[in-house]
Amino acid sequence: MARMKFLCDADRCIECNACVTACKNEHEVPWGINRRRVVTINDGKPGERSISMACMHCTDAPCAAVCPVDCFYTTADGVVLHSKDLCIGCGYCFYACPFGAPQYPRLGNFGSRGKMDKCTYCAGGPEADNTPAEYAKYGSNRLAEGKLPACAEMCSTKALLAGDGDIIAQIYAERVSTRGYGSGAWGWRTAYKDMVSG
Amino acid sequence: MLIKRSDAEAVRGGLAASFAALSSGALDRRAFLRRSGVAAGGLAALGTLSAGTVKKAEAGPMQPGVRVELRKNMCTHCSVGCTVLAEVQNGVWVGQEPAWESPINRGTHCAKGAAVRELVHGDRRLKYPMKLEGGQWKRISWAQAIDEIGDKMLRIRNESGPDAAFFLGSAKFSNEGAYLFRKLAAFWGTNNVDHQARICHSTTVAGVANTWGYGAQTNSYNDIRNSKTIVIMGGNPAEAHPVSLQHVLQGKEKNRANLIVIDPRFTRTAAHATEYVRLRPGTDIPLLWGILWHIFENGWEDKEFIRQRVYGMEEVRKEVAKWSPEEVERVTGVPGAQLRRVAEKFAKEKPATLIWCMGMTQHTVGTANVRAACALLLATGNVGGAGNGANIFRGHCNVQGASDFGLDTASLPAYYGLDEGAWRHWCRVWEVDYEWMRGRFGPPGADDATRKRMMELPGITTTRYIDATLLEPVKDGTRQLAEGQPNYRAMLVFGHGGNTVVRMPEAAAALEKLDLLVVADPHPTTFAVLHNRKDNTYLLPICTQFECSGSRTASNRSVQWGEQIVEPIFESKTDYEVIYRLAEKLGFANEMFKNITVRNKVPEPESVLREINRGAWATGYTGISPERLKAHMKYQRYFDLVTLRAGADAPAEVRGDYYGLPWPCWGTPEIRHPGTHILYNTHLHVKDGGGTFRARFGVERNGVSLLAEGSYSKGSEIQDGYPEFTMAVLKRLGWDKDLTAEERAVIERIGGNNVDRVSWATDLSGGIVRVALEHGCSPFGNAKARALAWNLPDPIPVHREPIYSPRPDLVAKYPTRDNFMAHRVINYGRTVQQLAVDRNIARDFPIVLTTGRLVEYEGGGEETRSNKWLAELQQDMFVEINPQDAAERGIRDGQWVLVWGPEMPKGKVCRMKALVTERVGKGVAFMPFHFAGWFMSEDQRRKYPAGTDPIVLGESANTVTTYGFDPVTSMQETKCTLCQIRAA
Repeated sequence: MARMKFLCDADRCIECNACVTACKNEHEVPWGINRRRVVTINDGKPGERSISMACMHCTDAPCAAVCPVDCFYTTADGVVLHSKDLCIGCGYCFYACPFGAPQYPRLGNFGSRGKMDKCTYCAGGPEADNTPAEYAKYGSNRLAEGKLPACAEMCSTKALLAGDGDIIAQIYAERVSTRGYGSGAWGWRTAYKDMVSG
Repeated sequence: MLIKRSDAEAVRGGLAASFAALSSGALDRRAFLRRSGVAAGGLAALGTLSAGTVKKAEAGPMQPGVRVELRKNMCTHCSVGCTVLAEVQNGVWVGQEPAWESPINRGTHCAKGAAVRELVHGDRRLKYPMKLEGGQWKRISWAQAIDEIGDKMLRIRNESGPDAAFFLGSAKFSNEGAYLFRKLAAFWGTNNVDHQARICHSTTVAGVANTWGYGAQTNSYNDIRNSKTIVIMGGNPAEAHPVSLQHVLQGKEKNRANLIVIDPRFTRTAAHATEYVRLRPGTDIPLLWGILWHIFENGWEDKEFIRQRVYGMEEVRKEVAKWSPEEVERVTGVPGAQLRRVAEKFAKEKPATLIWCMGMTQHTVGTANVRAACALLLATGNVGGAGNGANIFRGHCNVQGASDFGLDTASLPAYYGLDEGAWRHWCRVWEVDYEWMRGRFGPPGADDATRKRMMELPGITTTRYIDATLLEPVKDGTRQLAEGQPNYRAMLVFGHGGNTVVRMPEAAAALEKLDLLVVADPHPTTFAVLHNRKDNTYLLPICTQFECSGSRTASNRSVQWGEQIVEPIFESKTDYEVIYRLAEKLGFANEMFKNITVRNKVPEPESVLREINRGAWATGYTGISPERLKAHMKYQRYFDLVTLRAGADAPAEVRGDYYGLPWPCWGTPEIRHPGTHILYNTHLHVKDGGGTFRARFGVERNGVSLLAEGSYSKGSEIQDGYPEFTMAVLKRLGWDKDLTAEERAVIERIGGNNVDRVSWATDLSGGIVRVALEHGCSPFGNAKARALAWNLPDPIPVHREPIYSPRPDLVAKYPTRDNFMAHRVINYGRTVQQLAVDRNIARDFPIVLTTGRLVEYEGGGEETRSNKWLAELQQDMFVEINPQDAAERGIRDGQWVLVWGPEMPKGKVCRMKALVTERVGKGVAFMPFHFAGWFMSEDQRRKYPAGTDPIVLGESANTVTTYGFDPVTSMQETKCTLCQIRAA
């Protein structure tokens, strides 16, 4: 079985935000919720690099470890999903997540949090695949249709890769050897206890 | 801060919190995260609309079990031409899929392309025609709108003549729309017709066309994959053309190529460069001459290429000799050693390509900048082959096509110009009488000579509509407007933002003075709110290109056919239909649409393209039939990523073609020319897309031949230079006997008693082109490229300081040109420059202001700032300021600042956020130009018709920008002016 992962090639990412709007478009994510975003370091200086970030679907996901209602589960493809029926919006997972992935809609006038929302790897949730109920809570389920996440598929420079971890690691390693440089598969050690050598 | 330009976490709240209170109501329309299970019907929020107005329900998720249709169109933002693959269910656009088959974008998009679906969901689109009545927006019907507009136009025409109206068209038109709009202006009787190319790459078109023949990118985005050295000068494609970076970066990786970025700003593109050169804004010519200085000094030029294919390089050499490394550093700030490195790579690590965008073009010396860039390419032999060339990245999705079809003050479609021969050619194509056409021009009661003069006089550009409206035609004995040109009284704006032209405070005054203002656009645009008009102002809802079909030309000259994805939403109509209805009301629809199929007042784009095919010989748009284009879209997957050519495995309909038949695609569609991927490429046969430099400027000058020497395209029967093909040339070669009887009959009919003068460009039979191709020759001849362009104001580019120079000490040595009349309006540039020096403006306004693009927005930004997925990413207008300048002024990152320029009314300031960053050098500030809706600190949101205000508003950069126009094209100066900034 494939182990789905994300890999962002920081030497290719140009912070065009296609991944961000592709995600919004695919799932009709409302204003204020960002399942994916692009972070730039050394902005405006030599060494500036950008990285597209979302839930990395970690091995032994730390969010799942802290969830008081145990709403997280990992699919056979290695995708970390959660149930909004179980989620109580406590926010623990936000503090546990090394990537800042969990998002919470604001509810009511007192800033109380709604149910957590995050990247689903375009794989929906616990409801039956590609049903209106699933779409309403989690957005579309591309994986069930045999497609990869929209963000990676639409990445302008093919910096963001999604797919089986071994395959995307190989693509990245080949790139690094062709061009002679690479800053490493960012976040992989944290998320997958793994590195890609170039 | 809300400017998403830092590594801090995106801030929620702020605008998001107030978002629900904005006039269109809460857009969180499906609210699926809060209320699980129910997909709320959000358009109910538009409660003010009657039920009949809203044509479609909501755009929702894919409905399981409902048939999905896939439709292909192209992204309507930049010029890369990314294919958009739309999923449609029951007439509703429900999803976007990656268009893997397109060789241009291979499934990918940038933020804008990945969000285009929202454009046709259009919560904030203009929903029905409206007009201002006593200062209030009022809904009216289409019939009433066309009727009232037509009556007013006809009255103005009767009183002041056709030149009192300005037809401002759009690079957002399809080719067919652009062509019809140019035709509309011609049949109305004016050359006052323009579009965004004026303020984007008009100087490129003028500069490169005057050098080697055509005003277009010589190669393609894909071809950059072949380059060993890539120089990007005055361009930031990482934000302006993100998908092009796919080709640039992959080429760079594969070839381990040099990627050199030359820009005043350390752009997101520069972040990926192997070398970054920071120059002072407005010193491109000294920098280019500084590079050439090292090339000539070290003998790195391509001597054989220059001998065979370049005219006048010796004159360039003389000018370059003045630019020693010391003088270059004094003027540009760039050290000689760095330029030596750049020069050596560009000359030796070939193929090398030079890419430029608006940093090069939007200057008072724009055309000269472009010419200097061409000289660098020619000196190093970097034109006309794979991996080299002038890769000019154009701006809008169809700015190339709209230019090609003559949305231009100085030309009819396909760059025929405006002389009598050009008019007679197009009158033949349109099957209207030349004398009738001439009668449409000139002031009321004018004689034929005056009408002919106005018909052939280039019109007023979009950069000068302000002056055309406000300046007295004659003042103190000085002509300020050309003889016969009245002040503007009416302006028809199609698909164009009101914040795109410099000097907006004056624009507001000009707009108020007009007797009629018509804005035809999916959005109200800044033209609807900038002024305080009370009446005689109309808004017409036009649909996007996703709601109609037609062809568009990408920057690389590839033409792509877009399918209609959904029906026009709300009451919006296509450009085609509105142009037809106007022509009908104005009384010339029968003549104008004589050979065009019109159904229910909607002209059919295929039929328009066929008329273009019949007439546009000069650019080789003749082989690009709708059938061929549709086949290309259907069989996209067969085209090669690098060569763009369809291989032997492709279906017969497209086999051997280059993708999108990049023009020139010679001859009739039947002869199946494959298009021209790389211009002027002598390594290929003309029938395979090869070519030579165009013989456009005669055969000799002062005893020196202008024709190529010993250079010719592969398989050419003439193994030397030759002039453009006319009947006389064919006869001299004895090739006229190859013409068929039918071809000869057409040529004789066109030529009348001077058959010899019928040329490849005016021969409607295509016989001359066909015979030239048969003999392996370029129909337009085989000449040298001109390093020396004697017909331009500066035949060899010379440095001229910007109008508002931060270095007044250099103005005496490098002054701008003297005042002159161009495009019917006087240009007071020299006077303004001298006043700026005399008044010591550089002391009071010590910061150089330059402008540019953001990836999330495009153009005037009205459309993209109304797109919630994009608006969320850039919520505030900002100015980038260097930390040192900020520290001197006590400005912190993210705080409000006040910015003002030397031409703004006294006491007025613009209010925006500060982004303190080393991206700009000390003494330089940068502003994105997409914002509008705040005007000199005033929030104009209330002035938009209810529910049509863009989500994000902000100050326009062009409120601060100043006077200054290129002598050749009247391009405006937006990249180099002065301003002052202080903390708010």
